[in-house]
Amino acid sequence: MTRKQRRMTIIGGSLAVLALAAALVLNALRDSIVFFSTPTMVAEKHVQPGKRFRLGGLVQPGSLRRGDNLAVTFEVADGSAKLPVAYKGILPDLFREGQGVVAEGALDANGVFKADTVLAKHDETYMPKDVADALKKQGHWKDNYGAQASGGAKPSGDATPVATTAQGNSQGAVR
Amino acid sequence: MIAEAGHYALVLALALALIQSFVPLIGARLRDPALMNVARSTALAQLLFVGASFIALVTLHVSSDFSVANVYENSHSMKPLIYKITGVWGNHEGSMLLWVSILALFGGLVAAFGNNLPLSLRAHVLSVQAWIASAFYLFILITSNPFLRIANPPIEGRDLNPVLQDIGLAVHPPMLYLGYVGFSISFSFAIAALIEGRIDAAWARWVRPWTLVAWIFLTLGIAMGSYWAYYELGWGGWWFWDPVENASLMPWLAGTALLHSALVMEKRNALKVWTILLSILTFSLSLLGTFLVRSGVITSVHAFANDPTRGVFILLILCLFIGGSLSLFAGRATSLKQGGLFAPISREGALVLNNLLLTVACAVVLFGTLYPLAMEVLADFKMSVGAPFYNLTFVPLFALLLLAVPFGPMLAWKRGDLLGVTQRLLAAGVAGLVVVAIVWAWTRGGSALAPLAIGLGVFVIAGVVTDLVERTGLFRLPFATTLHRARGLPRSAWGTAFAHAGLGIALIGIVCETTWNSEYIATMKPNDVAQVAGYDLKLDGLLERQGPNYREMVAQFQVSKGGEPLSVMTPSKRSFTTRGASTTEAALLTRGASQLYISLGDVTAEGAIAVRIYHKPFVLLIWWGPVLMAFGGVLSLSDRRLRVGAPKPARAKQRLQPAE
Repeated sequence: MTRKQRRMTIIGGSLAVLALAAALVLNALRDSIVFFSTPTMVAEKHVQPGKRFRLGGLVQPGSLRRGDNLAVTFEVADGSAKLPVAYKGILPDLFREGQGVVAEGALDANGVFKADTVLAKHDETYMPKDVADALKKQGHWKDNYGAQASGGAKPSGDATPVATTAQGNSQGAVR
Repeated sequence: MIAEAGHYALVLALALALIQSFVPLIGARLRDPALMNVARSTALAQLLFVGASFIALVTLHVSSDFSVANVYENSHSMKPLIYKITGVWGNHEGSMLLWVSILALFGGLVAAFGNNLPLSLRAHVLSVQAWIASAFYLFILITSNPFLRIANPPIEGRDLNPVLQDIGLAVHPPMLYLGYVGFSISFSFAIAALIEGRIDAAWARWVRPWTLVAWIFLTLGIAMGSYWAYYELGWGGWWFWDPVENASLMPWLAGTALLHSALVMEKRNALKVWTILLSILTFSLSLLGTFLVRSGVITSVHAFANDPTRGVFILLILCLFIGGSLSLFAGRATSLKQGGLFAPISREGALVLNNLLLTVACAVVLFGTLYPLAMEVLADFKMSVGAPFYNLTFVPLFALLLLAVPFGPMLAWKRGDLLGVTQRLLAAGVAGLVVVAIVWAWTRGGSALAPLAIGLGVFVIAGVVTDLVERTGLFRLPFATTLHRARGLPRSAWGTAFAHAGLGIALIGIVCETTWNSEYIATMKPNDVAQVAGYDLKLDGLLERQGPNYREMVAQFQVSKGGEPLSVMTPSKRSFTTRGASTTEAALLTRGASQLYISLGDVTAEGAIAVRIYHKPFVLLIWWGPVLMAFGGVLSLSDRRLRVGAPKPARAKQRLQPAE
């Protein structure tokens, strides 16, 4: 093999691996990305049933109902719209009415959001940032949320996943 | 007094770092040994002062001096001593102080043990170390001073985040930082080589032990963090692909590639420019990780924009070092002498493939981590990239890599014989296929890919065994000769064997856990029995207990299998009064490499409790694998050719040597 051929083999091999990786990434981007929405955005965009997304907002006070076998329903509100959520399993330690929550799942045919994951932070004063941003954007931000958030929003500890998902090894957790 | 002394020591360390940044460089220009030697003394003095500063902060935490803001915010007088100490780095300011302390430690080690380095190389390396150190001292002093006082000291502190009140905090961050920051040494060596315009095989021999040390700690740190998340968070998950985890995985992937490419450079004097680039990239990824974790940019780009001082400062450091080093690389790399080319089918070729797959896998993780951030900034919509993305991208690339792993060490340098190696690996391949068939036949359910993946893991391990058998001549030669040969094998060969086998073992653990994990979630009343994976778990009852700074509710489970009692498991739920927060303490029962896992939910009105019980088959292999990899690293490090700083190859092949 000549010098040139050797070089071409190595360059060709590198390009092949890069092309493979690019193909894998593009393929994965098509259907494994999950978008974030608030109830208002869901109402405006008419999200299709079955399409997975993350829903963020405040748990509507008084809406939490516990059923048999760890089934729970509650409503997520963002000030202008509400969306019913159904979930089965153990809620995170910090799930409270009136506090921020992020759930992942999809709408069913009746317009109920079937969540398979509920995310929350291990800090009582925490307001999920996605939720806070969305609320601010829509003008529903109250100053006392800010006071609450400032106490807990500071990163505490290193490289420790502080948030959890309601299902061990399904979706990723936020920090 | 102590706080002020600590603060002052840190300022002095900055002053020393500034001297160390420039004086040795001038010395190298003027070829003045006295000026160059300044680097050595300043590096050691810097270590002394940063160490003093760190000890001052530890003392403040231990003595619960709540007049210091950092102690007030993260400590509590009732907190057990161990968490008072570990709480020092359980917060932003303290963890940055730990970061610079470890940086100074590595600088001090180079200064103390780098006597056999050429004087100018050592001066340059330590100067570059001091640039990094100065930037981070400034960062701490300007934006994150841990020694700030409060005007009206409160009587009691706000306590440490309960999740962090665990032994994991004592081990995980220091290990991870030893890894992250350890890569600064190979970075400094790379920059020094670019400044000097000279690089040779000896350079790789100096760099490799330092890279190896960092890699060992990073491997253990990531594994430890994963196990911590597994038992502490109470969801039984051990890897979430969240940006903080990715931030530690990326330097690990690049660092692993660096270890392998430095090998080619050391042995064959090839891939020089690439090795330099990898050194720069590895540490850049460590800096990026620090930025991602420390700036708050992950939680939200907007949060970052709201309180930008820290984030912008680290971003500046990031741009300065990554941009500066890459420009220097672009300017100087062409002037470095290129090494020889080699046949694509050879040990070098295999290592190039390893590098290619590792860096591409790393690029994929980088893309997945930064894409949501970029989209949020540019297109103003939010999304998350989670496990499904990485399963479709990272996993296939890594599978390819694992398939190639057994071939690498068996190919000869310069010109390898792929057909011959394939023939020799036939037994390993057959072993893998037999396992695929057995697993296929024995198990029901789960992904069809699982048996294949387990077969791949077995192939990797069997490949390692084949290589060792070949090298020692087991079954071919008399046993005594084999033993003699085994003893004569370089420790680095054993290191390679253990590290590669660890990869296979971790893979098997990951596949078993994700595929055959059984889960039981329900509400249980006392005397209810849950049946999980052949085990009977009877809830005896609930009781309340008072801990030092929390109250806990403990549930007691009797575990039995086939009517035979095995053990008692006591998961609990703790509520911490000061922060009003609660944590779930999972109970674990280890059976071989498998584990039973119980964590608790809420108590219902009728006195029943929500429980989550998992049976996780072979889950411990996930962490034994990395431990084995790190052990391989330690063996390789103890190889005399690689003794830290040893510039010369093993001096003599004499049989008679003093025992070590």
